[in-house]
Parts: sequence; structure tokens; C-alpha cells
Amino acid sequence: MYLATTDAAAATTKLTRGRVAGPVLALGTVSLVTDISSEMVTAVLPLYFVLQLGLSPLQFGFLDGLYNGVTALVRLAGGHAADRGGRHKLVAGTGYALSALSRLGLLLAGGGTAGISAAIAADRIGKGVRTAPRDALISLSSPPDALGRAFGVHRAMDTTGALLGPLAAFALLWATADAYDAVFVVSFCVGLLGVLLLVAFVPGRAALGPVAAPAAGPRVPLRGRIAEPLRDAAFRRIMAAAVLLGAATIGDSFVYLLLQKQLVFAVRWFPLLPLGTAAVYLLLAVPAGRLGDRIGRRVPFLFGHAALLAAYVLLLVVGDGTVLLAGVLVLVGVFYAATDGVLMALAGPALPAARQASGMALLQTGQALSRLLAAAGFGAAWTLWGSRAALVIAVVVLAAALAGAAALLPRTERRSSWS
Amino acid sequence: MVMTDRAGPPETGDVAGGARTGRNGFPMRARIIAVAVATAVLTTVAVAYTVTAARRADSADAPSAFGLERGQLYFRSVRDGDGAGRVARLAAPAGASGASGVAAMRTEAAPAPDHRTTGGPACERFYAAGGTALCLQRRSGIPPASYAVVLDGKLREKRRIALTGIPNRARVSASGRMLSWTMFATGDSYATTSFSTRTSILDTRTGYLIKNMEDIPLTLDGRRYHSPDVNYWGVTFARDDNRFYATVSTKGRTYLVEGDMRRWAARTLRENLECPSLSPDNTRLAFKKRVREGARDPWQLYVLDLRTMREHPLAERRSVDDQAAWLDDHTLGYALPGSGGKGSDIWTVPADGTGAPTLRVAGASSPALVR
Repeated sequence: MYLATTDAAAATTKLTRGRVAGPVLALGTVSLVTDISSEMVTAVLPLYFVLQLGLSPLQFGFLDGLYNGVTALVRLAGGHAADRGGRHKLVAGTGYALSALSRLGLLLAGGGTAGISAAIAADRIGKGVRTAPRDALISLSSPPDALGRAFGVHRAMDTTGALLGPLAAFALLWATADAYDAVFVVSFCVGLLGVLLLVAFVPGRAALGPVAAPAAGPRVPLRGRIAEPLRDAAFRRIMAAAVLLGAATIGDSFVYLLLQKQLVFAVRWFPLLPLGTAAVYLLLAVPAGRLGDRIGRRVPFLFGHAALLAAYVLLLVVGDGTVLLAGVLVLVGVFYAATDGVLMALAGPALPAARQASGMALLQTGQALSRLLAAAGFGAAWTLWGSRAALVIAVVVLAAALAGAAALLPRTERRSSWS
Repeated sequence: MVMTDRAGPPETGDVAGGARTGRNGFPMRARIIAVAVATAVLTTVAVAYTVTAARRADSADAPSAFGLERGQLYFRSVRDGDGAGRVARLAAPAGASGASGVAAMRTEAAPAPDHRTTGGPACERFYAAGGTALCLQRRSGIPPASYAVVLDGKLREKRRIALTGIPNRARVSASGRMLSWTMFATGDSYATTSFSTRTSILDTRTGYLIKNMEDIPLTLDGRRYHSPDVNYWGVTFARDDNRFYATVSTKGRTYLVEGDMRRWAARTLRENLECPSLSPDNTRLAFKKRVREGARDPWQLYVLDLRTMREHPLAERRSVDDQAAWLDDHTLGYALPGSGGKGSDIWTVPADGTGAPTLRVAGASSPALVR
């Protein structure tokens, strides 16, 4: 279907064998720096709200829900805007800048709930807007057969930032005796640096080669245009598999909550548990991507979800603390490493260059919404029947979804997409 | 369908550091210099601000300057400058225990001059009674840590218990024997952002600590109740140091529970009642009642008469999110967000539903009148 001229593909393959394209490294650096900035704030916001501002958990929950809901829809708009005229860099840059500026909003809002809500919403809109154009840029600047590695490198750098952010924030709070304003200011400076790096070192879409302008042609209603990538059968199957598996993913918070319930553990270390998962993700993101490049991305994507299934089973059957703890953290890390970037690498070749951003936005939004549904369903099952029963249901549902996804995902991904 | 060439990496050489002119018009070297300069400027700003903020911070862990004394109102001082975040005290108005004192308070036009004594321990939440004080602390660091610190009558540390989460409610029984506190459990950064609570009970006479009371056998509406989502908070003990009241929430509803330490059992008495606080004469419960759905001004303070099980609203019309403290049998103290959204103030209101709220201490929270 999507024909890359054979010799061009061969040439790029030779050219970049063994290393990742410059724009990918640049985008990885931008993500690393930006994630330090944003995770700093995420880490201290609950404390800031409750201890510094005296907001009740209810209000905090309200704000939290607000900012999680905003992202999904904004992402579609971001992807669409990026594809129109190939303004990936501009749209992504706007998103990064908006998030960076939102730190100043937090600083200036003082204690006012309205100002804080606005700042958080701005941050989330920024995050939603930038994700799809950024992933499209990664995809467009890498040869199709090295996409897995490119996304692996990007996600590893991104996760490094996510790990460093909270550490930086807690160190700052420790050094300044809880000066939250210092965290916001430092986060703003770091975020601004991320924007500058993007402006200076990431090439615009125009630099990535000619694209058939999608804006040409008859005007289609917006809704129709947003769903346009779905017209392709291969992409449709990938999307269906991702949504199906997403609907069987119970969410990390529940996994940690279950661990917390089953482990006798020094409580003060508990907040650091997810560090273990992130470390595994960090280590395995690149190997998983490379493996996908070699044997097809379908395999790591499915095996990643199998690892998650194994983690659920472990939570269900293992009583021993150490085995359970190490096993679950490693398996969830494997899950992320083998699925997050890999899914984008799987989808990239199935999308025409002019629809990369909107296609990825659609995929990410679909996955996010189905995960939201899964979390709500699992929460309800937990409430109604207890944690063990809910977990048994989760295991059964995920196993069924895995079987379904295995049947859905195109087996001949590489040949059909670019040969 | 028109298919385009897969984009190769035409800019790779450019980004990888050639001195060629990039498509955005500036040579790579100029861009590198510009980013380096910007990095230096931003680093300077960040470091300078952090250093200033660190200087602003008080020197921590000064020894307590005072002990618990009768007739003094203790609170957490959140006034800027000296003693912010530390326990302070003020002399309660003369004859504050008893109806005359209340009358005196009620007729006070302006709050009394604020000659607070600062310099107590640093606490996020504080309560004291019967020669024992409970201080919930949080220490920043990697990872951050929280503690429940038990203090004696001279505010010297007797016991320290490591906890997780954000300090929320703290209570000491009238005798000083039974302690209880609630933490918001939140995965500080990486995990969930939704809150649940963890309530602990400590018997200082036996040293027995219940780290999380959610396993207490609960009878809801007369039937033994099992649900994994039960959350307890806001425990208040009766004079016998055995009976207690608390809030339990499950499936989106909140209930008042009456608990028994010796039998280790609890039963619900009433719905829609949070953060109970038992009057010194043990006949009434002050609590916050949800009067509106949603996050805007959801609660109002009420008092429930335990003999008649009748409740009445207090004169405070603003939404109060605090476990009110009885300053005497007729007066309640509680914290409200400070004017301008900064910090919080302690207000008082008569417990019988009459009168009007009075600003008692500006820039303060966690009131506790030591009797």
C-alpha cells in the first residue's frame, strides 16, 4: 500500500544503521527536559494543595479530574492542526510553551482556586496538543524499518526525565524548607529550556521532505477529517487492537494499591515503588524497539500485554513479599517498554505521511479513553465484589483481549506497509 | 490514493552538528551558542530564586519554648515570619470555660490583641489534651517522610511513628491516653493522585498502635458489613477512653460510626456526617454535613445531640472543612481559609446555633484549648 520507493528505503537503511536520526535525539532531549519540568510539578501538587493552600481532597480530586479529562480531546485537535500544512513543529512547540507558561500561572495564582484550575488546564492542554505532532515528527524523520528503535530511544529519554523530575522537586523542597514557589520557578526555567531546544534543534516539517498537502481537495466536515485515518484497513485493525487491550488494562494506581495491600513494607518508601517500574521501562525501551524492528512490532506489543497479564496473575497467586514486589515491578516495566513506543512504531508505517499526526492522535486518544473505561470498571468491580474477584475478572478480560488483539493485528505488517 | 515518499532523514547531518545553514535560517553554531546562553541565564534565575527561598526558610528544629498550660489556646501558627508552621499559644479570654466566657467572646467586637507566644514544635496538624500533645509532621526529602509525634506536657518528644501520606486530622482524648490521627494516603508522585485515608489509633498507656483501623468489624444499618473501600477518618474519643466516634465512607456515602475499643467493633448511627468532635460533657457531637453536591462549598457545621439524636446547624454559613474543636461546652473553634486565599484563620461560633462566627486567631489552624 504505502509505497516507499525501494531504493530510497534501502539508502536510508544503510545511512542510519546503528544510530538514531538527529531529529529523534533532539526530540528525545526536549522530552527529557520537559518531563523533568512537568513531573516536578506533578510530584508536589497534592502536597501544595493540601498542606500549603488547605484545599480539601475533594477539591483536589475535582481539579485532578479536570486536567485528566482535558487531554484526550485536545490531542485530536493537536494532531489535526499539525497535519494541516505540516506544522508539526509549530503545534508541538506551542504545546511545550503553554505547559512551561502554566508554571508561572501556578506561581501567580497564589492560593486562588480559579487561577490554579486555569494553570492546570493550560498545562494539560499543552501536553495534549504536543504529543501527537511530536510522535509524528519522530516517525517522519526515521526510516520505517528503524522506527521501533527511534521510539525506544525517545521513550527512554522521556522516562529519564520523568524519573529525575520528582527527585529534583523533593530535593528542592528539602533544600528550601518547602518553598513550593521555588519548585514552580525552577520548573518554569527547565520547561522554557525545553522549548528553546525544540526551536533550535528540531527541524520543521518542511525540512522532512515534500508532503501532499491534505488541505487541498474538497472540504470535509471536521469530524470526518479527524476519523479519516480509520479508512485504512491496517490502521483500523491496529486501532481496534489497541483499544481492546486498553479496555483490559486496570491502571497502575490499582496495581500499586494492590501491592500496598499485600505487602508488609516500610511505608515511607512506598512512593518510590513506581521508580522500579520506570527503571525497567528505561532499560528495556530501546531493546524492545529494536526487537520490534527485527521481527515485527506485533510480537513485542502482544508480549508486553502478556507481561501485564503475568503481573496480574502474580498479584493473585504469590504471597511472598519480595518475589511479588520484584516480579510485579519488573513485569509492569516490561509492559510499558514493549508497548508504549512500539505501538507508535506499529502505527507509523500504516499511516500516510500527511496523516501521521492525526492518526497517532486518534490512536492515543482511543487508547486513553478505553483505559479510562477500564479503570472505572475495575474500580466498580473492586467496590462491588472485592479486590480478589476484581483481579480475577481483570485476568480473564485481559487474556480474552490478548487473544482478540492477536487475531486483529496484521501479521504481515512489514510487507504490506512498505514493500 | 496518492502516496508520498517515506521521509528519509535529510536533516540528519544538519542536526548532528554540521555547520551548514539549517532550514530555519541560522547556522548550527549560532543556534548552539544561543541555546547555551539561554541555558546559562535560565540556570542563574533558577539557582538565584532557590537560594533566596532557602534563606527565607526558618532554621528548623528549635527546641520547644513552652509546655502545655491550662486555659491556653494552642494552634499552628501560619503567620508569615517568625514561627510559621510551628505551634504557638494564646491566653484564652478570662473565664473562657463556662457560659460567661462564651458570652464574653460573643460580644467581642474585634478579635483580642494577638500576643501569641511562638516557638513550639513544627507540625502540620496539632492537638493537645490531658498533658499529651499530638503533632503530625512532614519532612521534605527523598523520599519525603511523615511522622506522628507524641509529646508530653512540656512538649518533649516521647514517641515518633513513621507514616505515609499527608497529615490531616489529629485528636487526643480528654485524659491524654488515646490518640488518633488520619493521613491522606497519596502516592506522592508516581502513583495515584486520588486520595484515600488511613486512620491510626494509639493507646499511650499500653503503647498498642493500630496503624490502619479499616479492618475493624463494622455493622452498617444493623447488618455486618464487608467492603474493601471503607475509609475511616476523624476519630473522637469519649471520656472513658473506650467509646469513640468516627466517619466511615463507603460507596460514596459517609456515616457516623460509634466504636468500642475493647470489643473492637463499630456500628453506623447516622448518614451524612463527617469529622465528628465530641463535646467535653460527652453529650453532643459537632460535625460537618454535606449540604451541596460537588466541590463548591459542600459542607456546613452542625451539632448533633446524642440523647435526642436531633441535629441543628450552627451560625457559621461558610463551608468548613475541618474537624471542629470544642473550646468549652458551648463554643466551637475551626479553621477557615484566610482572607485573600492565603493561609487560614481560626474562627469560633456558639455550639447552640445562635450568635455569629467570630475571628479568633488570624493566621492559624489546628485549634486546641487545653483545659
